[in-house]
Amino acid sequence: MTTDAVHPPPAPSPEERPDRPALRAGRGATHRGDRVFRGLSRGSGITLLVVMAAIAAFLSWRAAIAIQADEGNFLTTFEWDANADPPVFGIAVLVFGTAVSSVLAMLLAVPVAVGIALFISHYAPRRVAAALGYVVDLLAAVPSIVYGLWGALFLVPHLSGLYEWFEQFLGWTGVFGYAGGAPRSLFTVGILLAIMILPIVTNVSREVFRQAPAAHQEAALALGATRWEVIRMSVLPFGRSGVISASMLGLGRALGETMAVATVLSPSFVLQASLLDPGGGTFAQNIAAGFKEAGTMGRDALIASGLVLFLITLLVNGAARLIIARRKEYSGAAA
Amino acid sequence: MSKTMTRQTTPAPSPAPAQLRQPRLPRWAPAATALGSALAGCGLGLLAGWESRVQWGLLAAALHVVASYLLAAAVEGRRQARDRLATSVVWVSFLVAVIPLASLLWETVARGSRVLDGHFLTHSMNGVLTLDEGGGIYHALLGTVQQVGLAALIAAPIGLLTAVYLVEYGGGRLASAITFFVDVMTGIPSIVAGLFVLSFWIILLDFGYSGFAGAMALAILMMPIVVRSTEEMLKLVPNELREASLALGVPRWKTILKVVLPTAIGGITTGVMLAVARIAGESAPVLLLVFGSAQINANPFEGAQSSLPYYIYEQWANGNAPSYDRAWAAALVLIAFVMALNLLARGLARWKAPAQGRS
Amino acid sequence: MSDMAKRIDVSGLTAFYSGFRAIDDISMTVEPRSVTAFIGPSGCGKSTFLRTLNRMHEVTPGGRVEGKVMLDDENLYGSEIDPVAVRRTVGMVFQRPNPFPTMSVYENVAAGLRLNGGHRKAALDDVVERSLRGANLWEEVKDRLHKPGSGLSGGQQQRLCIARAIAVEPQVLLMDEPCSALDPISTLAIEDLIEELKSAYTIVIVTHNMQQAARVSDRTAFFNLAAVGEPGKLIEIDETERIFSNPSVQATEDYISGRFG
Repeated sequence: MTTDAVHPPPAPSPEERPDRPALRAGRGATHRGDRVFRGLSRGSGITLLVVMAAIAAFLSWRAAIAIQADEGNFLTTFEWDANADPPVFGIAVLVFGTAVSSVLAMLLAVPVAVGIALFISHYAPRRVAAALGYVVDLLAAVPSIVYGLWGALFLVPHLSGLYEWFEQFLGWTGVFGYAGGAPRSLFTVGILLAIMILPIVTNVSREVFRQAPAAHQEAALALGATRWEVIRMSVLPFGRSGVISASMLGLGRALGETMAVATVLSPSFVLQASLLDPGGGTFAQNIAAGFKEAGTMGRDALIASGLVLFLITLLVNGAARLIIARRKEYSGAAA
Repeated sequence: MSKTMTRQTTPAPSPAPAQLRQPRLPRWAPAATALGSALAGCGLGLLAGWESRVQWGLLAAALHVVASYLLAAAVEGRRQARDRLATSVVWVSFLVAVIPLASLLWETVARGSRVLDGHFLTHSMNGVLTLDEGGGIYHALLGTVQQVGLAALIAAPIGLLTAVYLVEYGGGRLASAITFFVDVMTGIPSIVAGLFVLSFWIILLDFGYSGFAGAMALAILMMPIVVRSTEEMLKLVPNELREASLALGVPRWKTILKVVLPTAIGGITTGVMLAVARIAGESAPVLLLVFGSAQINANPFEGAQSSLPYYIYEQWANGNAPSYDRAWAAALVLIAFVMALNLLARGLARWKAPAQGRS
Repeated sequence: MSDMAKRIDVSGLTAFYSGFRAIDDISMTVEPRSVTAFIGPSGCGKSTFLRTLNRMHEVTPGGRVEGKVMLDDENLYGSEIDPVAVRRTVGMVFQRPNPFPTMSVYENVAAGLRLNGGHRKAALDDVVERSLRGANLWEEVKDRLHKPGSGLSGGQQQRLCIARAIAVEPQVLLMDEPCSALDPISTLAIEDLIEELKSAYTIVIVTHNMQQAARVSDRTAFFNLAAVGEPGKLIEIDETERIFSNPSVQATEDYISGRFG
């Protein structure tokens, strides 16, 4: 069948006959059309590559200018006075704040997301599950600024009671010290980011769990496994790398989230142990907050911090791709 | 490997206890523990005088998980108890997640509908003091539509053609490089895309703030999404269709234009619409490149504009009750806009899917 | 050895997929320490029926069962019966070999035992070896016990699955077309194995292959359906020899002589 289709049909219909003499010329036109179209689509692909290269190049260019002018140490200074003369700024506080808030978001979101994903794929009644999947899809589309607004005006006031509790029982650790007041802190940012990345992590994990082979689940069942044991023996091992890459996707979102953090956090350039008290900052939040007041040097300094954020997200995404690629290999070998 | 040998080694049956009857908790047990835990959580919360409902809920959830485990362990044994533990943890994690997300939607609808009316949709903030009531989002709506439209005009053709290249002409090092960088591009934070356009368009080329500058950053965010979804759709087009067309002597580019793309057009449109919905909510690039404005500016190529997400941020930053009301109302409009796009796109995909099956 | 295998007594069993009645009102007796084969055309519900014997049918979405399945004197569908315990007592081998891909050969065989815990390493080693020997696989895998089970050939994987099933010492072994995905040589190995296992277990095997039913089984049940969309029914069950030489129903003879199916 397919070999027939590749070759041109042997007998042209009578209507086509008159075209025959023109075949040669027509083919030239055809080639030109093909060349143009191929060139266009290839050019678009190359445009994408050029844009990526340009992003790296332009950010590096402005960043180099800023870092050269920096009187402080770009990596270790606990200050952001880029508009002063001479400018003094460093990303230490931002690295800390970004890392703490996104890791916290992951720690909170991933287990819950795996729970919901399992709920949808293996626990909920089928109709409920389908509806839930739909809702989660839609929630993943809610814009981050709306999460930010809700976080600032609704979540923050509701967390102080919880934080007092933390202070009461865990205050001795230092990390959970809480002086009272509106908790516009890194911990709150972490909670909000967790809520934000929950839908996307859930979505990807659910998709993977749903693809877990029925044959292995039945094998476990037939050995007399309970539902949880079936999941542990056949669903989780299958879905592990998928959950990891979903988490990385969520981590990438959390790292780069700007407006939600900017609305919730009350920033400061101090490195403090307590995560419940206001203060700290993240890369993206610092750019959004400092941009309007920034002069030329200030902008370049923000671009320099943006470059670091860019590189970090590249690393995280690269790692996620590697894991996915390895999983593909694995499942290919198993098949 | 003689038969007699293996026969001897057939598992020697130790008298296996056939305990088909296991003590089991009644079917209503989980519901009962859930109810009991909820009551206990509220009661203890009241007694201890905790202000935050969050604490009550967490306590109730923890009580439920522990109670159902202990109960099952006492009656049904360790394995069943673990199974029940997993079930209750899964349910609790579902509820823990649903509550904030439902609250988000509820708050937006409840608070947003206060000032949302015809006036709000058709007026700008020009001349409205932040402490005053009144004003509206017309300028922001206009800005969002123009910026997102321009971004789609840039990103959709490039994304679509790139996907065509990858699927129809692909193979080779260039294609794999593009595939890799499309993946990488998906992860670029919106603020970084904004900074890039800032350094290139505004700092180097010395253009001013404009809707178009924002649209370029949005296009960068949109392109990889369009490539990914279009690629998926093109891969679904059966090869037989292409071969049939090529076998008729139709050149490749016409085959793509007349056969492949029309077959996949439903899915491709869905993908583009979802991508539009995604970038319509981005505010960071607007903050950097469009700058925001209280007035109507119908020209996206010249001067500052506003946009819905940026408007929400701005109103929130004003920090007073009338501004908060406006922020919520704008958030409601934005969510409605994004949801409508999503539903429309999914509806389209569903409506188009059986048609593809028939052809 | 004899107290392990059990008699199965099915009466008035009907199984549904959502609203669809897949098999209707089936009653039969399966004798202990023998092989019973289920034959019949595709879609006649023989696999569905098999899956009702260890309560696997109700796991499929919409699956529902009415009627009684007595294992000696216990009704598997009684209200106080734990389906998990049922599946432990009635083991199952599937159409396609399905060893757990992330587990080694050893772990696959030990998987069922580990669920209950409390087995010491030496005891576990012992059971794994015994089960693998029981499945005629020990000699082939004893040097690669800790390699992934998915690295074995198809026939070896299926025997691994049989070893995994008998490791938990069930009283009944259900086999759902265990050879349909295997080559003739592997099929022969599995058939030999079934012959050996029947001295200890009650075995029920679904097969598409009538020669196989004739070779391995003591009794044969023929299933058929009146038309597509109608529920499958048990037409007759008898000594295999009789079914293949002198069946009492015309449809059975037509099927066996290849006139349909």
